[in-house]
Amino acid sequence: MSEYLSILIFILIGTGIVLFTFLLSRLIRPHNPYHAKNLNYECAEEPVGNSWFQFNNRFYIFALIFVIFDVEVIFLFPWAVAFGQLGLFALVEMVIFILILFFGIFYAWKKGALKWV
Amino acid sequence: MEHQISSAFWVLSFVILTSAILLVSLKNVFHCALFMVLCLFSVAGIFILLDAEFLAAAQVLIYVGAVSILMIFAIMLTNNLTNRVIKQTNENGLVSLFVCLSFAVGAIMLISKTHSWNYRANELGHDNSLILGKYLMTEFMLPFEVISVLLLAAMIGAIALARKERS
Repeated sequence: MSEYLSILIFILIGTGIVLFTFLLSRLIRPHNPYHAKNLNYECAEEPVGNSWFQFNNRFYIFALIFVIFDVEVIFLFPWAVAFGQLGLFALVEMVIFILILFFGIFYAWKKGALKWV
Repeated sequence: MEHQISSAFWVLSFVILTSAILLVSLKNVFHCALFMVLCLFSVAGIFILLDAEFLAAAQVLIYVGAVSILMIFAIMLTNNLTNRVIKQTNENGLVSLFVCLSFAVGAIMLISKTHSWNYRANELGHDNSLILGKYLMTEFMLPFEVISVLLLAAMIGAIALARKERS
């Protein structure tokens, strides 16, 4: 349990730094908004429309494939913890596990799901 | 130690409840999704307090990592949802409050009446990810590999569905 104390301190310092910078910049910056300042950032262009626009649907398939591999990582975690007591056989098992999933990414690649058209 | 754990529990419960209430009451759907992330992350903290290490890792990886990404993607991919103010409640506020309260009272009464709790939650789970890893690699080797096939089927299904929609 006590090893999670360092994670807690990490989270606290992380949030603290963000809050501190926001507070500090709010205190020392001049407050003078005008139209051009409030525009969305775009390099040397007059921006068109809102920055909240509809993203391309194709991103979703990448998110789905990511979720599958995220679930795979969950099973890597206990394997990695127990690996020191298990030896070579566990390594072979995990390689088979990952290889089966590799077929999936191969399938996606062959079907052109990863291609950006 | 006992004192610190219980104070951590109270802080985490406060964060969970606050973010859960904000999640269902804020007007901007994107902000709701962000509070969902905070809520799920604090639940992982509760799991750590209960020594459920593997569950906490699964919570952070699957829920905070994957499910919230899917939610945020879905919000960003839906044109009319992103920055629109949406009414999150309907006229049945009082009825739902009554239902929730009666459920809570019933659950609390039932829990406080039960005296035969055999184990404390944090007595059970020491080194649970180590034990889980050992069993997955020895006794439950076949189910472990079948999980991989299941994930493969899920991935192929997702790709097939997504491709069908496009054409």
